[in-house]
Amino acid sequence: MTSVMTHRRLATALTAYGLLALAVLAVAPLVGTEHVSVSRILAGLFSSAPNVDFDIFFYHRIPRVMLAFAVGGTLAVAGGALQVALRNPLAEPFILGVSGGGAVGAVLAISVPGLFFRFGPLSTVQVFSLAGCLAAILVIYRVASRREGVSMATILLAGVTVNILCGAAILLIRYLASPHLLVAMDRWIMGGLDVVGYGELLTLAPLLIPGLGLLLFQAHALNLLAFGGDMAAGHGVQVAAVQRKVIIGMGLITAATVSLSGPIGFVGLIIPHGVRRLSGADHRLVLPACFCLGGAFLALCDLVARTVIAPTEMPVGIITAIVGGPVFIRILLRQKG
Amino acid sequence: MTCDLLTVEAVTYGYAGSDWRLGPCSFSVQKGEILGIIGPNGSGKTTLLKLTAGVLTPQAGVVHLKGRPTAEMTRKEMARQVAYLPQHVQTFFDYGVEDVVAMGRFPHAKGFGFLTAQDMEAVDRALVQTRTEAFRNRPLSHLSGGEMQRVLLASVIAQAPKVLLLDEPTGALDIHHQVRFFNLLSDLVASGMGVVVVTHELNLAGLFSHRLLLVSGGAITHQGPPGNLLTPDILYEVYGEEIVVSTHPSANRPVVLPATGKKKEGETAP
Repeated sequence: MTSVMTHRRLATALTAYGLLALAVLAVAPLVGTEHVSVSRILAGLFSSAPNVDFDIFFYHRIPRVMLAFAVGGTLAVAGGALQVALRNPLAEPFILGVSGGGAVGAVLAISVPGLFFRFGPLSTVQVFSLAGCLAAILVIYRVASRREGVSMATILLAGVTVNILCGAAILLIRYLASPHLLVAMDRWIMGGLDVVGYGELLTLAPLLIPGLGLLLFQAHALNLLAFGGDMAAGHGVQVAAVQRKVIIGMGLITAATVSLSGPIGFVGLIIPHGVRRLSGADHRLVLPACFCLGGAFLALCDLVARTVIAPTEMPVGIITAIVGGPVFIRILLRQKG
Repeated sequence: MTCDLLTVEAVTYGYAGSDWRLGPCSFSVQKGEILGIIGPNGSGKTTLLKLTAGVLTPQAGVVHLKGRPTAEMTRKEMARQVAYLPQHVQTFFDYGVEDVVAMGRFPHAKGFGFLTAQDMEAVDRALVQTRTEAFRNRPLSHLSGGEMQRVLLASVIAQAPKVLLLDEPTGALDIHHQVRFFNLLSDLVASGMGVVVVTHELNLAGLFSHRLLLVSGGAITHQGPPGNLLTPDILYEVYGEEIVVSTHPSANRPVVLPATGKKKEGETAP
């Protein structure tokens, strides 16, 4: 199990994770509150006659499953890389204040009635939360920047502080806001994957794809960084550059997911640990596997969220916490033993 | 002079927010020698080694590798010739022994660093040299402290460096493993490597090193062959008088023993 990473082993393992992801991607859009028939969907492909099954499948189900998959996968990759860069197994993408900044932006946008504009397919709330996320990451990056790189101890404290400040700002906005807006704020903070069409995901792809690429290219160096900066530097890793790239890449992709779906917890924390348990700690496999498993996990959680109390929906963040919490406690108990 | 692999010239360093300063320190490492760095806790041994390895950048002074300033080299270029093993190495994640040894090939790797046949050969050789091949397929978390240190040494040997910089590599080893460890270092230098080892084991340093550096209070106070350095006068000055210097029964080398009885209240190390 712990044999050294080769092309072959990487390919085999990634094929397995990829097949799992494909299976979830294929099945999840077919399940939902409204029954859709496969034959009617296929019929819709070849005719322009009005076809409800086809519309539900292509404009609601598939975009939603894809969004869930992209968000889950992205958060897991961000968490997996951040746990190594911060050398903290409890790190997750929201620990650095990104979600806090995003929440302030979103809550601010909701609190101003009549503030409706669209930026391409993005809503006011999404634009504001994206701005909040990026502002938060910029602040912590500036605070923790040193001549010789980014201080990982400082960035963690800065992130926690930003989250606390954002929490206070949210309370203030909620206190001042009209009470009927509070429900909308709560719903955003719980995280959700409501989406119609592909526009939002496509608009944020320019953040997601370079950010993910930046993280994936650090995978080999991250293995050494897991043993500490001195060990990594002694083996030829440009530690400061790798840390900087991880923070920037992680910041961009987390900002994108938070603005798309709100803060969805647990995925970025537990999936990387699960992957390491399943297939070892080599991050050349861990990071891409995180994308597959995180994506599949969130798509399945969302499937539960949108069917379990039909005809209404549950916020998916509750499902990820209910499933993820006990799994994580189990991991911790096993590590102790 | 022609044998100098690595020369350190008047390097200095100070940590932000602290008055403590190291240096200026100068020394060189020759091909085929073990250079022991000894000195009391907090004297600057580790900082000096980090400056030598290029893990810290000296505030003044230069390090030359075979005549070329290391500041001009990329980290990977440097790591292909100079390997550095820090004192404290630990990880939260469960890597396998072979993974860790293969990490030594990082500076030689291209792209995502899959091992070539040549890399695999270097890994196998390092595992054999450190007698760790028996547990090559075990996870790191299943090893004892001593086994772990040998695996980490295998990782820097797999790096195939010209100079090996080791910071207290025998801290967790039993006495027979310590001797084996230093014997291994002797084999490595016999094949042309230069080894610098920071250690608290004065006796091992005295027995196996060709030369010693004594670091005290942020400066190299003495350097020379062990016989010239491990003398009562020099050691009392640095370590206080709670020690006795004697001669090894079978080798003509000084050994340092704890003194009996006397409990002296006085200055120990600066």
